[in-house]
Amino acid sequence: MAIKIVVNGQDLEVSVSPMKRLLDVLRQDCYLTGTKEGCGEGECGACSVLVDGEVINSCLVPVCQVEGSEIVTVEGLAENGKLVPVQEAFIKYGAAQCGICIPGMLMAAQALLDSKELSKQTPTRYEIREAIAGNLCRCTGYMKIVDAIEAAALSTLEKK
Amino acid sequence: MNKFEYVNASSVKSATEQLQSDGSVRIKAGGIDILDELKERTINPKRLVNIKTVGGLKEIKEVKDSLHIGTLVTLSELASNKQVKTLFPALAEAALGAATPQIRNVATIGGNICQRPRCWYYRSEEFSCLKKGGNECHAHLGDNRFHAIFGNDKCAMVHPSATAVALVALQAKLKIEDTKGHRIVEIDNFFVKPEENAKAENILKPTEIITEVILAKPAVGSRNFYIKLKEKQSFDWPMADVAVAMEMAGGVCKAARVVLGAAAPVPWRAVAVEKALVGKKVDASVAEEVSRLAIEGAKPMSHNGYKLKVFETIVARALSVVASGDFSSKEGF
Ligand SMILES: Cc1cc2nc3c(=O)[nH]c(=O)nc-3n(C[C@H](O)[C@H](O)[C@H](O)COP(=O)(O)OP(=O)(O)OC[C@H]3O[C@@H](n4cnc5c(N)ncnc54)[C@H](O)[C@@H]3O)c2cc1C
Ligand code: FES
Ligand code: FES
Repeated sequence: MAIKIVVNGQDLEVSVSPMKRLLDVLRQDCYLTGTKEGCGEGECGACSVLVDGEVINSCLVPVCQVEGSEIVTVEGLAENGKLVPVQEAFIKYGAAQCGICIPGMLMAAQALLDSKELSKQTPTRYEIREAIAGNLCRCTGYMKIVDAIEAAALSTLEKK
Repeated sequence: MNKFEYVNASSVKSATEQLQSDGSVRIKAGGIDILDELKERTINPKRLVNIKTVGGLKEIKEVKDSLHIGTLVTLSELASNKQVKTLFPALAEAALGAATPQIRNVATIGGNICQRPRCWYYRSEEFSCLKKGGNECHAHLGDNRFHAIFGNDKCAMVHPSATAVALVALQAKLKIEDTKGHRIVEIDNFFVKPEENAKAENILKPTEIITEVILAKPAVGSRNFYIKLKEKQSFDWPMADVAVAMEMAGGVCKAARVVLGAAAPVPWRAVAVEKALVGKKVDASVAEEVSRLAIEGAKPMSHNGYKLKVFETIVARALSVVASGDFSSKEGF
């Protein structure tokens, strides 16, 4: 079945089984392997992507459910090769070790920074922890990740 | 996963017209739970009807003295909706505490209420249990650490829905539709115990769908709240959760609903606590005293005796929070 989706700003039509997981469509049919699979059950968040601005687990969503939607993967964050503040901050704060969770972390963090309620103030550390509650990391102990998101929020707000 | 047809419904009518009384056609809302069931082959429908494409079921509307919540409203929307947060903090908290941000953005309230049990014996392809037409509940002799402490004689599953716990405390009504029309069912009459029907958790017929959850605005002096205790702080299924709705006049309790989750195959009302509260001026020490009644009649199994203390503790906490009206310090619960 031909399914139309917009991935990282590009209109695409993929010919796949409608029940194919969005995760597999992104990795196998769109060749966007930044999005990772950890558990395949909604527990780890490694497969997080944005669908119409909301962060979701691409391992739990069949592609037919997002027909016509705008999908952003970790490859779509940077514009013309320029990293967005969360990406810059993850590098600056050394918030990645093995890196497998990082694409998902970045998407969850970006969703937090994009959320309307936070357009006038930076999130608290508690809010940051809540925002990444669906993303497991086995390496970092989370502190540097939270530091990085906090810094990214501050620099994003200063630019606004 | 076995082969099945997938159809997008454009209206409630077109969805219900496809449903069959033999249960061979199933509804998909957010899909979080039903896709897992398809993968684990606990169900084998010949057709899946997607209702996410039905208009008019995604709104939260005020109708006279009630709030009507469309079945497709997501857990994220429930948790952030101003009216829900102000009038029904129990429901907002239950929605916010369930699963992860990623899942809450997709999972719907109707799907949350109707999700199937998470019991590992039910979910495993290798076990045939009462729910799947087998003749025993493996939790009785097996690993039952997260299973029921009440009503567990036949099947010891715990009802998985967090929002259901809050909705029972808030005396919600459900609008249920089929091709012939609709009926309004009080939530107290919605969930069924395994003794009545081991294969289903509620009274829905295979030909019916829930279209709305209806909540009457609380009376003046009423307060409600929900607390969940989990093993892992970030996110987890509840070890135990509780919703309390209390009507008060001058600090004295006039009526109360205290509902325990992860306690029984249905959201479980702690009736002894509810009765004991009436006529009392509820403070922390009264909360603690009556909370002991929460476990009256409990029958813990080999691995879940810890739940007794846990329920006493969270019932006492929830009652104190509701009595004081201070909902702010939830960090650490
Ligand atoms: C990692 C993880 C953690 C989780 N933690 C929690 C938690 O802590 N608390 C909690 O409550 N839940 C938790 N969940 C479960 C999740 O919240 C539910 O699976 C979700 O709410 C189901 O909603 P849905 O819209 O995706 O339902 P679907 O999967 O689409 O449907 C679920 C069931 O309901 C039926 N159904 C759906 N809508 C209707 C309707 N309108 N009328 C009649 N039948 C209908 C479907 O046929 C199906 O049987 C967790 C899930 C995961 C994967
Ligand atoms: S792979 Fe999707 S949540 Fe783990
Ligand atoms: S950096 Fe290794 S899992 Fe997070």
